[in-house]
Amino acid sequence: MSMNHAAEHPAHLAHHFADTEQQKESAKLGMWFFLLTEVLTFGGLFCAYAVYRAWHPEMFFNAHKELSLMAGTINTIVLITSSLTMALAIRSMQLGDKKQAMMHLALTFLLAATFLVIKYFEYSHKFHEGQLPGRFYTYTGIEGSNPHVFFSIYFAMTGLHGIHVMGGMCLIAWLFFKTKNGAFSPEYYTPIEMTGLFWHLVDLIWIFLFPLFYLIG
Amino acid sequence: MSKESSQHGHHHVLPLSTYLGVASALLILTAITVWVAQFHFGEWNLVVAMIVAATKAILVALIFMHLLYDNKLYLVVFASSVLFLAAFIIITMFDTLRRDDIYEFLEKPIHSNAAMYQVDSTKTAAGMDSLKTMMPADSTAK
Repeated sequence: MSMNHAAEHPAHLAHHFADTEQQKESAKLGMWFFLLTEVLTFGGLFCAYAVYRAWHPEMFFNAHKELSLMAGTINTIVLITSSLTMALAIRSMQLGDKKQAMMHLALTFLLAATFLVIKYFEYSHKFHEGQLPGRFYTYTGIEGSNPHVFFSIYFAMTGLHGIHVMGGMCLIAWLFFKTKNGAFSPEYYTPIEMTGLFWHLVDLIWIFLFPLFYLIG
Repeated sequence: MSKESSQHGHHHVLPLSTYLGVASALLILTAITVWVAQFHFGEWNLVVAMIVAATKAILVALIFMHLLYDNKLYLVVFASSVLFLAAFIIITMFDTLRRDDIYEFLEKPIHSNAAMYQVDSTKTAAGMDSLKTMMPADSTAK
């Protein structure tokens, strides 16, 4: 059956696409180009990390001991689990199970919130100790030159990552209500799939942030 | 291609066991990387941590992000960003690690309240003063 004519097309299909499949493939290509820019955005910060760690290896080692390995490990587990529930939300919608898709989206949202709550406690502890970026740094317990450089990079990278987590949570909340209102079906669930790609990238970035900040050997 | 075949041909509904298996693998790799970090292998700690992280990243990208099953163009787009980033970091490191050959850098505090600064006794105060006039006040040079 041809889907070329406006009279026949489903509500979710824009006029300029031949069929649902073409629309979905285009959306995915656009999303992957966006993720490419995301990798390069974080890449600049990873480069800064590499430069300063090469210049001050002992200071990085001494400063990293101030981070909570327990909090970092729990957050890694939380984020990996949220990646799983996000993937399962897509799978549920592929199978047409709206209730299960909503449950998985809600779980993903809650795990993202858990991540931010743990990050909040980590941050407030750092603020309290005066382990802050640049000229706001007042802590005196770390040996090595210029330990505030470590915290500048730490706050820049985990901060940008945290903003991405918040953005992801807004998208997931929006998806939850759209799913509830019956906007998606096994034929059309592109917004869930695109948000899924974004959410997995957020997880991917944390997979590198965790060993680089919490596990310096 | 008919509507029926194109829709069914592109759905890729993976079995639940695949997702659960990948998630378990990611959690086990996390446990391994935390455990390995308790030992000190010098330079090898970074190498091991990065190999584990890269393995986890590849699992997420190929299975959770469906790169293994989707049009390979997406894989090319994503891989090109990673390759460009690798080139970006490697070229920057060539520059930054060779600066010692040109400038005589030494560690100096940026902010006087910031911790106990290790002062290398072989580098005299006189040398520090002369360098201060050559370098910008906020330089973080080693």
